[in-house]
Amino acid sequence: MIRFFSFLGRTLEEAMQGTGQTVELFGRAALQVRHCWKRRRFLLDQLYTCGIRPLPVVLVVALFTGMILALQTGIELDRFGAKDRIASIIGLGLCREMGPFMTALILTASVGSGIAAEIGTMKVSEEIDALEILSIRPESFLVMPRLVAMAIVTPLLTFVTDIVGILGGCLVSATRLRIAPEQYLKNVVESLSEVLTYGGLPKDLYTGLVKAFVFGVIIATVGSSAGLRASGGAIGVGRATRSSVIQSFVLVIVVGYYLTSFFYT
Amino acid sequence: MSDRVPPIAATPLAPDPGATAAGAEALIRLVGVHKAFGGKHVLNGLDLEVRRGETFVILGPSGTGKSVLLKLLVGLLKPDRGEIWVGRQRVDGARDRELWEIRGRIGYLFQSSALINWLTVAENVALPLSEHTRLRPHEIDQRVDEYLGKVHMLQSKYQMPGELSGGQKRRVALARVLAGTPTIILYDEPTAGLDPVMTQNIAALIRSVQLEFGVTSILVTHDLPCASEAGDRVAFVDGGKVVHCDTTEQFMHTDHPAVRNFLRGGRPVVPGAPR
Repeated sequence: MIRFFSFLGRTLEEAMQGTGQTVELFGRAALQVRHCWKRRRFLLDQLYTCGIRPLPVVLVVALFTGMILALQTGIELDRFGAKDRIASIIGLGLCREMGPFMTALILTASVGSGIAAEIGTMKVSEEIDALEILSIRPESFLVMPRLVAMAIVTPLLTFVTDIVGILGGCLVSATRLRIAPEQYLKNVVESLSEVLTYGGLPKDLYTGLVKAFVFGVIIATVGSSAGLRASGGAIGVGRATRSSVIQSFVLVIVVGYYLTSFFYT
Repeated sequence: MSDRVPPIAATPLAPDPGATAAGAEALIRLVGVHKAFGGKHVLNGLDLEVRRGETFVILGPSGTGKSVLLKLLVGLLKPDRGEIWVGRQRVDGARDRELWEIRGRIGYLFQSSALINWLTVAENVALPLSEHTRLRPHEIDQRVDEYLGKVHMLQSKYQMPGELSGGQKRRVALARVLAGTPTIILYDEPTAGLDPVMTQNIAALIRSVQLEFGVTSILVTHDLPCASEAGDRVAFVDGGKVVHCDTTEQFMHTDHPAVRNFLRGGRPVVPGAPR
């Protein structure tokens, strides 16, 4: 029993410590954003790594998600003679929730884990120590470019997910539910235009993009923090990568709920 | 952003004619340093003084805290007890800003070389220059050529670290250290895993860096030829303490039983390794 509580205590302590370090790292990296121009080359590299490389996966997942959504909801709606509502359901569902969540989960798996593994390998091979001795702050040299890149590309990829998902839904609606594509797209635009915010941007799209921005920051920070805390060679890097993916998944879902609650209640 | 690198002619690496190792003041001092990891005491009240301008070798079996000692000196680790001084600055308990300042004077050659893998050789060497100086790109390039030339690695300027051999990586890492214009260089097992010829080359390079730039060096090794080639004084560390310290020549002929035992190979470098 004592052993169990000791284990529980240790685990909780480590979790709290990790959270504290991650929040602190975010603060320190955010302060380094002023050095963006100086690190423009690394930033461009990261924009490519975080934005272009995962694009094929994002496109495929988005297309099929839109198609599945159309198929599942379309069949049910058809039974009640309300299949015309499918465009609004897909448009709103994707822009509000599914677009940002799906993009974030894909980026967590493909980019966040990569960030943790890359920085973790640098940590265990003493490259981070070398940077510190050269008086180069890892949060400026390594974390900030990844943080900025993810904050930029996550909303962009989310927008792409929204569009491709809607088109996937359009494809299924036209072929399986016999809804004219023009009608479908008109319905999507109408449902999104019901509430407009700044500059005429639909609120549902805007809130989704804000969520995506927050998710991008979370994924980059959690990945970097896990990498910087890696120790113990290859096993340590593996552990850091795994924990970064789990933490990012959980945080994306939990923070996503609170953001939804903030925007819609 | 500080401009730590003045023009080449006035570089602080230029030898100070007045600074000689023998009788020179202590530049680095460790007083009663203790360090433990978990329950294992690695350093046990270690005292050490390194004089300005000398190459000080720390010799000893594996696992006696030699590399830990170097990491304590640059503040990568904190001692449990004791004092660590670099010049007039105290390293233990130094704040972040003070630590950055101290590190600005120290170069560290890692056993693993610790080159940034996704940067080319030239970009690695240019790091301290592009980060801490306002030199223009062509001036940085000129400096990079100069430092790579000094370690005979100019031909590999555009290669990636992954394409280099162990010895080549160490030389590039040394060029990067030199580009930071340090007054103190710490070498952590610079010849580990290298063949005898490369070992001799690295030892000669360490000696030539000291002669040309007048830097104070600490060389951690268990490679005797390297120690005798590069060192001015040698300390033998065992049980977390310095058990014997002398000039290189006298050290190699000492009667101290633990040292004699080590020099004769009486104690395996890696416990249990075939001899």
